[in-house]
Amino acid sequence: MRNTIVLGVIGSDCHAVGNKILDYAFSSAGFKVINIGVLSSQEDFINAAVETDADAILVSSLYGHGEIDCRGFREKCEEEGLSEILLYVGGNLVVGKQEWKTVENLYKKMGFNRVYPPGTTPVAAITDLARDLKIDLSKLGKVKVS
Amino acid sequence: MEAVLLVDFGSTYTKLTAVDIKNEEILATAKSPSTVETDIMIGLQKAYSSLKERLKGIPVEFAEKYACSSAAGGLKIVALGLVPELTVEAAARAALGAGARIVGTYNHEIEMYEVEEIVAKKPDIILLAGGTDGGNKSCIIHNAKMLAEHLSDISVIAAGNSKAREELEKLFSDHKMCYRFTENVMPRLNILNVEPVRQTIRKLFIERIVLARGLKRAEKYVGKVLMPTPAAVMQAAAILADGTEGEDGYGELMVVDIGGATTDVHSIAAGEPLEAGINWYGLPEPYAKRTVEGDLGMRVSAYSLWQTAGYQRIRKYYTGSNSDIEQKCLSLSEQIDKIPVTDDDFEFDAALGAVAVQMAVERHAGVLEKHYTPTGLVYALQGKDLRGVSCLIGTGGVLVKGRDPQRILQATLEGGFGEGRLIPQKPQLMLDSSYILSAMGLLSNVYPVQALRIMKKYLKRIV
Repeated sequence: MRNTIVLGVIGSDCHAVGNKILDYAFSSAGFKVINIGVLSSQEDFINAAVETDADAILVSSLYGHGEIDCRGFREKCEEEGLSEILLYVGGNLVVGKQEWKTVENLYKKMGFNRVYPPGTTPVAAITDLARDLKIDLSKLGKVKVS
Repeated sequence: MEAVLLVDFGSTYTKLTAVDIKNEEILATAKSPSTVETDIMIGLQKAYSSLKERLKGIPVEFAEKYACSSAAGGLKIVALGLVPELTVEAAARAALGAGARIVGTYNHEIEMYEVEEIVAKKPDIILLAGGTDGGNKSCIIHNAKMLAEHLSDISVIAAGNSKAREELEKLFSDHKMCYRFTENVMPRLNILNVEPVRQTIRKLFIERIVLARGLKRAEKYVGKVLMPTPAAVMQAAAILADGTEGEDGYGELMVVDIGGATTDVHSIAAGEPLEAGINWYGLPEPYAKRTVEGDLGMRVSAYSLWQTAGYQRIRKYYTGSNSDIEQKCLSLSEQIDKIPVTDDDFEFDAALGAVAVQMAVERHAGVLEKHYTPTGLVYALQGKDLRGVSCLIGTGGVLVKGRDPQRILQATLEGGFGEGRLIPQKPQLMLDSSYILSAMGLLSNVYPVQALRIMKKYLKRIV
């Protein structure tokens, strides 16, 4: 089953609460969550994904430095042999009020498959991930997601 | 008197330096046009008789002789890797640091047309990287297969994913190739490991490349050709910065070498951000770093210098009356042996030198970017912070033989800041006025302390 994900908060960011909530939500939906927690570097994410043979990496960034922290992430994945891995990112990805489309494009250009604005519910990301990995959530079957 | 003879088979000149080791003195230097295309010995002998003349009858016996070479286009390397910003860049940096000329870089899995390009570039060595240890394997194996099937007569150094070694070794030996394995140039993400690659390149250079370069005959007279000339300059710079046993160096420094075809910049500096609060990102920087600007040069590259720099930048340093700068650059690029004669020639050369060195140092230095965040302004640095470098040394014909080396070197300090380039701020400017840097790098293989003291004695401080 392709349901292993690496979850964490990137850079010098210490926002731990959302990270716990995501861990709970994805685990409840039946994903195998490898949570590397806050203050994680790109290398931490990628090493964890290599070791656990993960199918997706979910990056959170709440403190506004996301753009600097996420640069070159996709390239490093390729070098480690993770060219197929899904990359998701979400949080307060930029500072101030910027048009969402611009922000989304910025991260898509960096090689992220999905980009989420503030206020996204875990359910939205869980649904997308199940679709992208072509898995049937009801078969993971822990908690019903609607 | 016993002395050491140092020989540099350059692309244009064969240069000789006679050194009195005991008294730490340069006895004489001489040069003559290189004759690699015909018989390397002709140029060497001419330079040697000229050296004898300059020794003015001092009876000298050359007990030891050492040589370096950048003849016949230098040591040409093609670098292959996976991701351009990671293993390709790491491989290119390692090769540059070994004194090579990068004639091409390729990323991801190469195709047939790229193989044909590589053939046309006639490299001496192909440096094959790709994947961290245990990381991506398919790319390096694909590329090794392409090399084995289509380029088996070119020497290969494999410095990629160590977990692909057995497969690669089988491919290479099945095709009877000349190959060497060394440590991965990027063993883990964001860890740069250039030294083992540099050593391997140098060894292969001594064993194989010298043979192919028509230098073998010369070795009987001048001893082993130990290294490519740029590697000798790099070694001189390193020893001058760090010192040796019992002799202090100058601390972190840079060397700029303005040539006819390229402008080389070496920095011996950690390059860490000078202030707190600067985030350092990107591939880590090698402590001893060399960059080569193929479009900035005094002759062959004079026209590409014009194309890159443009009118205003050159005009700022050229005060002569004849303002058809483009035409002048074009004609210089066609007369690659031209030696300045008139005042205007000297003036124009100085201007080109100033612009070449200014741009080359700008490109070598790191870039600082500003980012606005909820916690205020933060800075991100990619590359080396060279603001604190204590010393900037100039070498190359236009500086050594030209009339105004100070103005040229001064120009390096006037560039870059607008674009956030972290170039040296208040370095001591110095000139390699006796043109001995490469010779001293060569000498430092055997006599490091003496080489360092001689450099400290002969490098001239300017302002």
